[in-house]
Amino acid sequence: MLLEIRDLSKSYPGPEPDRPVQVLRGVSLSLDAGQTLALTGESGSGKSTLLHLVAGLDHADAGQILLDGREVTRMDDTGRAALRRGTVGVIFQQFNLIPSLDVAANIGFQARLAGRADPARVLALAGALGLGAHLHKYPEQLSGGQQQRVAIARALAARPRLILADEPTGNLDEATAAEVMAQLLALVSEEGAALMMVTHSERMATQLSRRLHLRQGQLEPGP
Amino acid sequence: MTPAILSALAAHWRRNPLQFLTLVLGLAFATALWSGVQAINAEARQSYDRAAASLGEGQFDLLLARDGGWINAARFVALRRAGWLVTPLVEGQITPDAGAPLRLLGIEPLTAPAGMAAAGVARTDLAGFLAGRVLLADPETARRLTPPPAVLQGRQVRAEAGLAPGTVLADIGAAQRLLGREGQVSRLLILPDQPQNQPALDQIAPDLLRQGAEAAPDPARLTGSFHLNLTAFGALSFIVGLFIVHGAVGLAMEQRRPLVRTLRALGAPLRLLVGLMLAELLAIALLAGGLGVLLGYVVAAALLPDVAATIRGLYGASVSGTLELRAVWWLSGLGMALAGTALAASGALWRIARMPPLASAGGRAWAVASARRTLGMAGAGLGLLALAAGIAAFGQGGGLWLGFTLLAALLLGGVLILPPFLALALTLAQRRRMGPVAEWFLADTRQQLPGLGLALMALMLAMAANVGVATMVSSFRLTFTGFLDQRLSAALYVNAEPAGDLRALEAFLEAEARELLPILVTEASVAGWPAQIYGVRGGPTYRQNWHFLAGGAEAWDTLVAGRAVIVNEQLARRADLAPGDALTVLPGLVLPVAAVVGDYGNPVGQVILGEDLFRATFPEAAPRRFAVQADDPDTLRRALLRDHGLPTAAITDQAEQKALALAIFERTFAVTGALNVLTLAVAGFAMLMSLLTLAALRLPQLAPVWALGLTQRHLAGLELLRAGLLAAMTALLALPLGLGLAWALLSVVNVEAFGWRLPMFLFPADYARLGLAAMVAAGLAALWPAWRLARRPPAELLKVFANER
Repeated sequence: MLLEIRDLSKSYPGPEPDRPVQVLRGVSLSLDAGQTLALTGESGSGKSTLLHLVAGLDHADAGQILLDGREVTRMDDTGRAALRRGTVGVIFQQFNLIPSLDVAANIGFQARLAGRADPARVLALAGALGLGAHLHKYPEQLSGGQQQRVAIARALAARPRLILADEPTGNLDEATAAEVMAQLLALVSEEGAALMMVTHSERMATQLSRRLHLRQGQLEPGP
Repeated sequence: MTPAILSALAAHWRRNPLQFLTLVLGLAFATALWSGVQAINAEARQSYDRAAASLGEGQFDLLLARDGGWINAARFVALRRAGWLVTPLVEGQITPDAGAPLRLLGIEPLTAPAGMAAAGVARTDLAGFLAGRVLLADPETARRLTPPPAVLQGRQVRAEAGLAPGTVLADIGAAQRLLGREGQVSRLLILPDQPQNQPALDQIAPDLLRQGAEAAPDPARLTGSFHLNLTAFGALSFIVGLFIVHGAVGLAMEQRRPLVRTLRALGAPLRLLVGLMLAELLAIALLAGGLGVLLGYVVAAALLPDVAATIRGLYGASVSGTLELRAVWWLSGLGMALAGTALAASGALWRIARMPPLASAGGRAWAVASARRTLGMAGAGLGLLALAAGIAAFGQGGGLWLGFTLLAALLLGGVLILPPFLALALTLAQRRRMGPVAEWFLADTRQQLPGLGLALMALMLAMAANVGVATMVSSFRLTFTGFLDQRLSAALYVNAEPAGDLRALEAFLEAEARELLPILVTEASVAGWPAQIYGVRGGPTYRQNWHFLAGGAEAWDTLVAGRAVIVNEQLARRADLAPGDALTVLPGLVLPVAAVVGDYGNPVGQVILGEDLFRATFPEAAPRRFAVQADDPDTLRRALLRDHGLPTAAITDQAEQKALALAIFERTFAVTGALNVLTLAVAGFAMLMSLLTLAALRLPQLAPVWALGLTQRHLAGLELLRAGLLAAMTALLALPLGLGLAWALLSVVNVEAFGWRLPMFLFPADYARLGLAAMVAAGLAALWPAWRLARRPPAELLKVFANER
């Protein structure tokens, strides 16, 4: 099993000091290599929080996350940073590219951090995502769809075992979103990586192999 | 509509309190240093004016003893009998039980001219004044002399506003008694309207020399350079402060772009919006300016005693040691705050005014726009540096203002090329192959330049000023110490004034000393400038120790033979003299200049004659002081004290003289040092505020790197490193700029202001320490934002990515 989540809980401080907002309540799930999973749910149901916890971007209150045999929930700050560098690739809705680096440097950045620099792969991914002509442009010079393609290429360039995507097409128009989604799924499948994707879109969710629905911090099978 | 818009605009400051604080404090500091310096200058000028008005200084011609000594009171009587309308003055020093000596001035109110305000004051209680029971002084001095110290021999001191600070006014008889100068006067003042047909002055008083009112030392003119230097420092600090204001306003305006866009979309007229933003800024400027003037008062009150002591030590002019709140510098401070804000904000407001309603917004747009301006800054900077080079090459001798134009062009040009220089250096560094973190670090640092540029420019300005002024002061100190070694080469210095029998004292010293150097001096006007004429004995001491700036060793032979003179650098520059040129020392006495000698720290010109020629020309002049070389100075000192009735204070040795001269020197530059530190502190504050302001904007740039696998601690460390690196690069550029500044101060401004040129020395260890201090200051300024980044909960970083929770 690539990813195993057991009884995971997370809360955030609420508007009243003694009443935290419970975001996740005993969530458990598992994901195998090569599998794709869509997480759907209402706004505030905890989808992004779950993704952040798996990526080691935040700490859980209780429960376990086992990723590639290592317990993320017991890792310190340095361990979680190493996990983000080498094991997962995260794609955000806001793209979150590094504004000071050009497209080529953005795509290769995480792979180089992970010690897996491969310029040929950067070129190949850029070519596959239609970014070949934009390698020396800066993020601000790209359209939204192009920026999201760079984010996808960056996540894949480090050959992560697990891709975590948070509404990756939420900022794109329908046609561009469909195109970017198709490219993402093709590349994930090509790499043999697992994909866990948060989405509001029914159409996007149906393209993935599994689907789970979060309601008030608890998982229920998707429709 | 206006209240709604104002409320929306004010919301920006409520949400960005740090930015508001930066703006207010930046402007307050800038105004404080400016108005503080103005307050000091205004107080000093007021003191000079009061002195001139109350004592008539610089208004009337004077009669002085040709030998520079006291005048017998009988001369006054003789002149009055001959029909000359003159009034006597007695001047000396009294030292109360504690504190600095005071100037005691004796006047004769009945014959004093109407233009002498002090005489008018004295007439208000004429009986008491004439009887010598009542002395008058400005309120500060009067307070100091209440109850009367022993030196006043039981006389009361009455406070009179409007009298010169540090001066005690007495009836001439009382002053003579207090100074032990019965029957003697210091000088005679010639009233302007004289009756006709009096006998010529040189018939009645051949031993007296008439000095025109214009030749009298004018404290305002003598100290003008000193005050100009202070003003320049105040202006420099103000400019450093304006950099902070410019940065804060620029960032605020760019952050408000979305608000402006929305307000315009909702129907607010652009002109009203810009007008309200300007009004808002001017209101903030008034608040900050008021705060700045109050702070300036504190700065001025703290520095004024040192400034007063410096001016007294350097020029002999008295300045009140306490500060009065004056409307003129309140208004000047507020005016500068308003004008500075308008200047600093004009560019940002102009961009807002020209912004299309649907223009893109955000910090990134600001950075991009600033980056576009980099090229323009490089062009302007290089142009100003070229102007500075032009003035340095061709404009010397063009006056003090041209010197200050050179300084301004140099400093402004230097700081303007800083951001392009940093961008270029970082771009070149990026071309090297390196790891991903280093590559991102350099790229990100380059992206921060528009936001940090102004703070770095302020830091560079402060550092260059520090390097420049420190080099100038240290060069001056080295030169001055060497100069003292040349000039104070005798073992003992004897003040002959208190001796009962001058001739006997001189004969004794001639017999006992290995070498006796009588110091003969008289005042005169030479080549249209007030000057001192010295007579010196050209023995081995002078020949071995004096180094000429121009002229050879044979100068001493021609001087001793009475065939030439030596002049000091001040006179040589003012009268454009070089060795070989003829100089009219007195009517009928024209001699060639044999050499020019350095004479640091002296505002007036000097002509040096051989002793024989001096004594023949000024037969009345007796040596008032002697420099003595002796094999056994201690025995000679004891003999002088025992046999010639000299007080201990009349004999000083070389070390005491040097210590005194160096103490005056150090005090002179104490104020400069304090202003230097304050300027550096303002620059450090600019750096801190810029980093704090940028810290909030930086999250979207740092969060992706964190998400990709760098820890917060690592990122915080890189932030510290970035501040240190930028400070180091700034220091690297500030060093040549500071050295250029030092050269301009030593070789151009100093020559124009004081009349002498100083050699420039380098002090690498001091520069290294300053560079280190700048890096530490930048590191400290970065410490808080970096610490906050390291301790920030992940949830705050996640907000950058989160669309929902």
